[in-house]
Amino acid sequence: MSRVFMKGTEAVAEAAVRAGCRFFAGYPITPQNEVPEYLSRRLPEVGGVFVQGESEVASVNMVYGAAAAGTRSMTSSSSPGIALKSEGVSYCASARIPMVYCNFARGGPGVGSIQPAQQDYLQATKASGNGGFRMPVLAPATVQEAVDMTYRAFDWADRDRTPVLILADGVIGTMMEPVVLPEMKSDEEVAAIKESKKKWACIGHPLDYAHRSWIEPGQWSTQKMQKCNEDAAALYRSWEKEAEAEEYQTEDAEIILTAYGISGRIAKSAVNLLRAEGIKAGLIRPKTVYPFPNYAYDKLDYGKVKAILDVEMSIPALFVEDVDMAVKGRCPIETCLCSGGNIMSRDAVIAAAKKIMEG
Amino acid sequence: MEKIYTRTKTIQEDKVSGFCPGCMHSTVIKLVGEALEELNLVDKAVCVQGIGCCGLHMDYIAYDDITAAHGRACAVATGIKRTNPGSLVFTYQGDGDFASIGLAESVSAANRGENFTVIFVNNGIYGMTGGQLSPTTLVGMKATTAPKGRDPKEHGYPMHMCEILNELKAPYYLERTSCNNPANVMKTKNAIKKAFQYQMEGKGFSMVEVITSCPTNWGLDPLKALDFIEEKMLPEYPLGCFRDRSKEEG
Repeated sequence: MSRVFMKGTEAVAEAAVRAGCRFFAGYPITPQNEVPEYLSRRLPEVGGVFVQGESEVASVNMVYGAAAAGTRSMTSSSSPGIALKSEGVSYCASARIPMVYCNFARGGPGVGSIQPAQQDYLQATKASGNGGFRMPVLAPATVQEAVDMTYRAFDWADRDRTPVLILADGVIGTMMEPVVLPEMKSDEEVAAIKESKKKWACIGHPLDYAHRSWIEPGQWSTQKMQKCNEDAAALYRSWEKEAEAEEYQTEDAEIILTAYGISGRIAKSAVNLLRAEGIKAGLIRPKTVYPFPNYAYDKLDYGKVKAILDVEMSIPALFVEDVDMAVKGRCPIETCLCSGGNIMSRDAVIAAAKKIMEG
Repeated sequence: MEKIYTRTKTIQEDKVSGFCPGCMHSTVIKLVGEALEELNLVDKAVCVQGIGCCGLHMDYIAYDDITAAHGRACAVATGIKRTNPGSLVFTYQGDGDFASIGLAESVSAANRGENFTVIFVNNGIYGMTGGQLSPTTLVGMKATTAPKGRDPKEHGYPMHMCEILNELKAPYYLERTSCNNPANVMKTKNAIKKAFQYQMEGKGFSMVEVITSCPTNWGLDPLKALDFIEEKMLPEYPLGCFRDRSKEEG
């Protein structure tokens, strides 16, 4: 497989096609417009369908329909548009419909700013819609990771019949990097995936009361609704073992930088420079922010670790809440933050780390 | 004796209707089922339910069914039909669903000429939530959120969805019918069959708007509600075929 030089948004779109995605509906919003633009020309080449929805709300509901009818389907947006998609995502979660969506996050709240930010963390990991559901949330730090996570997301979505969110940001989306694209699924493989869903897909079935497709994003019976939520909760618990983090130079570390996505990549660079100056820094970068990789924080030697530095492009700090729950008071947690569409400065991270170590 | 009429197999025999006495949803659902059977389309049928009373039959129809979020049925149907063009896809929506919260989805799907069918059941009121003002509530008609009746100065005028969609180029077939008497019931069934046939021929967007009653929330007994349709609803919502492109094609 050869390396190509691609923009994050287009690479994610191509990865989706290679994973067998054959339906995309989306609505323009900066900074992810290349996803719908790319797929509007790419999907027809592989027998897929692209629809520019009249809104994000309509788009995600088109995806709900296409996915409920058995086709691997995706939508993408950026922060304010992701908020609008929460309705359809909640329906998919409730009806157990597999779908993938991407957030190339920008500044907020409100219309915020069109530049990169990480202000959607709590929405992504705690409440992506009404009703208290969970879903896997994958946080890439490179274009390559965005590609690999998108490819994997479709398998995860299908395996567990769940929405999966790629929580990227405007940097990952607009940056160009060399990337190795995953294998293109053949037409036969894509057809076989659709065929495997035929039993429950809403496409028409022979007249048979017991075996029709009935996609239910809710229940009239409170007992049945509770049972659905108990089953979903068991599924969410089963994901704990799939939590993943990059653990870098943590074994002898006296200060641990922790961050996800693009902030994690910047923090890693800061760790290298701190190490060069003799400061024993390490990094924990969750790749799955739900399920959260608590194990990585449990493995730390808190006899050595003086403090944890939470690095995120969000004010107020949001990711720090999960870090706090993982650290469980075993050492102090400091923050290094920026917001408003400003990209995290490596120098600011280094200065914050030094201040802790000197203090 | 020859059996000349039987219950449609598309309604599960062991289930009980959840509709109020005099509600015409059960009539329309029966007609949809008969149309599917007569056209031999039951095994291809996908119903996209709206939210509200229009969703009350979801557990006793016998063909495929998906519940859309309030107003989003036309978006969900777009996703299903575009990826499964061989299926017979129809939305089943009330006036709050189709003409208020789903207005953007409804008009946009019609404007794209999506090849599915809308069964739009218009009784001029929100039924399930208890009688609130809808976009199609008649002027002067009382609603729980318009206790003095619909006042054009405050609420505007009733929306006419067939006429609005008839302004678009793409829709193939638009017809308004009612179920207030046996002749109109038969016309409704014929319109539904026509819409389904056009869809299977790949002609594009079709809609049958059915003017129905809501005795419970109109505060009328079922027979008086029929009179109300004849005397009040139909003058506001004239029945007829607004668009049938097959006639233009000759």
